[in-house]
Amino acid sequence: MTQHIDPPVNTLAGSPSADPAATTPPRAHRDRLQGPRRRRSRARSAVAGTGYHLFSGILAALFLLPLIWAVLNSVKGAGEANQQPPTWFPQSFSLANYEKLATYGEGLGVYLGNSFLLSGISVAGTVLVSVLAGYGFSRYSFGGKQLLFGATLLILMVPYATILLPLYIVLGAVGLSNSVFGVALIMIMFQLPFGVFLMRNSFDAIPRELEEAALVDGCTDFQALRHVSLRLVLPGVVTVALFSFIASWNEFLAPLIFLNDGSQYTLPIMIVGLQSGAYGEVDFGALQAGVVVAVAPVLIIYLLLQRYYVGGLVNGALRG
Amino acid sequence: MSALAPPPPDTETIVSPRSRRSSRSRRGNAGWIYVAPLAVIVAVVFLAPLAVLIFMSFQDWPLLGGPEFNGLDNYAAIGTNELFLGAIGFTLIYTVLATVVIFLVSFVLVAISNSRRRGAKFYRTAFFLPYVVGTAAAALIWYASVNDQNGIANDVLIKLGLTDGPWGFLNTPQQALFTVLTLVVWKFIGFQVIVLLVGLQAIPGELYEAARMDGANTWQRLRYITLPNLRPTLALLFILSVTGSLLAFDQFLVLTRGGPDNSTVTIMFAVYNTAFQQFDLGKAAALSIVLLIALVVLNAIQFKLLRPKDD
Repeated sequence: MTQHIDPPVNTLAGSPSADPAATTPPRAHRDRLQGPRRRRSRARSAVAGTGYHLFSGILAALFLLPLIWAVLNSVKGAGEANQQPPTWFPQSFSLANYEKLATYGEGLGVYLGNSFLLSGISVAGTVLVSVLAGYGFSRYSFGGKQLLFGATLLILMVPYATILLPLYIVLGAVGLSNSVFGVALIMIMFQLPFGVFLMRNSFDAIPRELEEAALVDGCTDFQALRHVSLRLVLPGVVTVALFSFIASWNEFLAPLIFLNDGSQYTLPIMIVGLQSGAYGEVDFGALQAGVVVAVAPVLIIYLLLQRYYVGGLVNGALRG
Repeated sequence: MSALAPPPPDTETIVSPRSRRSSRSRRGNAGWIYVAPLAVIVAVVFLAPLAVLIFMSFQDWPLLGGPEFNGLDNYAAIGTNELFLGAIGFTLIYTVLATVVIFLVSFVLVAISNSRRRGAKFYRTAFFLPYVVGTAAAALIWYASVNDQNGIANDVLIKLGLTDGPWGFLNTPQQALFTVLTLVVWKFIGFQVIVLLVGLQAIPGELYEAARMDGANTWQRLRYITLPNLRPTLALLFILSVTGSLLAFDQFLVLTRGGPDNSTVTIMFAVYNTAFQQFDLGKAAALSIVLLIALVVLNAIQFKLLRPKDD
């Protein structure tokens, strides 16, 4: 995403309805008619630039404020967080909301652990299955290949939400009801169309001569995959892992339906539980502390790895 | 991006089918060793439940009991089930509004993000960040911000002199729908912006050069180059937005809880209630199937819209 392509920039930025700087082109035109008046046109572009940043800045602030507001509220004292009317900025810094959160229900640690467990299994499973299948699809011909690939892509057309009810029955039949493993299996299944598609394309893109050289040197097929090709498709692997992590960390519906036991709950279920409140009284401070805990890991990981995310969109998601 | 799959996407597609079919492609059933885990998961967690769903929709099946065949009764009952009919109607309205609003706002945000000015990258990230926030967490942020006791949104409106007391963001069906729409725009629009940016940058720059030489103005370049080239991307986003909206659930369960007066119950919400509150699996399955068929038809349309352009 680093390189810029100029023409589309102008086209869009200049589209009449879309940008406050839209008035620039006619003015520039007039300037040309009046002869070169560089200083004035520079002043004008400065004005347009200020307009651009003013408008964009307000919009960006609107997008960031809800998150900032949740953080601010979470570090207010317990009384201040529930005060009416609310304060805009914390009058004192306090971790009382987080302390309350730490002992809520089974304890914050349990829910955090469950969330990391669910995400960990989902990421590991998605990566493992996608890499193996992507390699198989890319390097082998075998009976039923097209059928299996088609069935995998069909998952995209049939969102798992519509098959939740029978999943409930099927998972029960294989002994995975009320288990984080069962939920992880659903998360893995749902990520597979994207993961397999992306990994197959990644393997297709590396010359198989490299693997063949390894085979000549006495590697087995599997060793060639592990030591040679896997390194080359690593960016794709990171992308698959990132998508899987974000999806499973945030997932609400599947844990809600498949986990019945408080000690199994993940963070999204726990924070929605906070909303129901003890004795009908909602503690907004603890609630927003919970939101911060649930959001922070995924935001941090996204910010660290965002180029892989966009890369995944370019190479996989949008071409499926 | 340079760290990703080295060759650009286009060459990849051209090369890959050929190399896959090359004589060096390893044959026999050894490939099954690699795809076996995938096959097991697809069979057990996808195809089997799909089959059970179809079976289920023809049964009278209480959650804590056994199934009993009742033909098309479950489907016929959809027509007289007020919860279902209300849910279908509301979901359609919500889908239209959410899609239209997200499309309109996203064009403004794309124009900002695609600028060459310094800071454009920061704006782009700001617009996208909410997308990685979970829907449940996002709905709770909204819940804390719009509640009547100490919601900051009410306080802002009061300080601006727009309202005397709490505005009641969730009081009437219209207000509740409006509030959820602000939430979904905030939460989901970043994805649309990024995808549109990717689509824009894939348009060859020479096209614009040539058009400019021919004297095309800004509007003409937008109309005859940008929009036609963006058509597959727009079609894809349209389908994704419609699909996502038809399946909306989390934001309503958490923020409005279907209220006031069941006015914001979506189809998935009705499925959830019927199966896990009323314990009627058969009826819930039939409604799921209806939703599923709608989605498959939508995808088939998308397939038709997109493929001719690609090839």
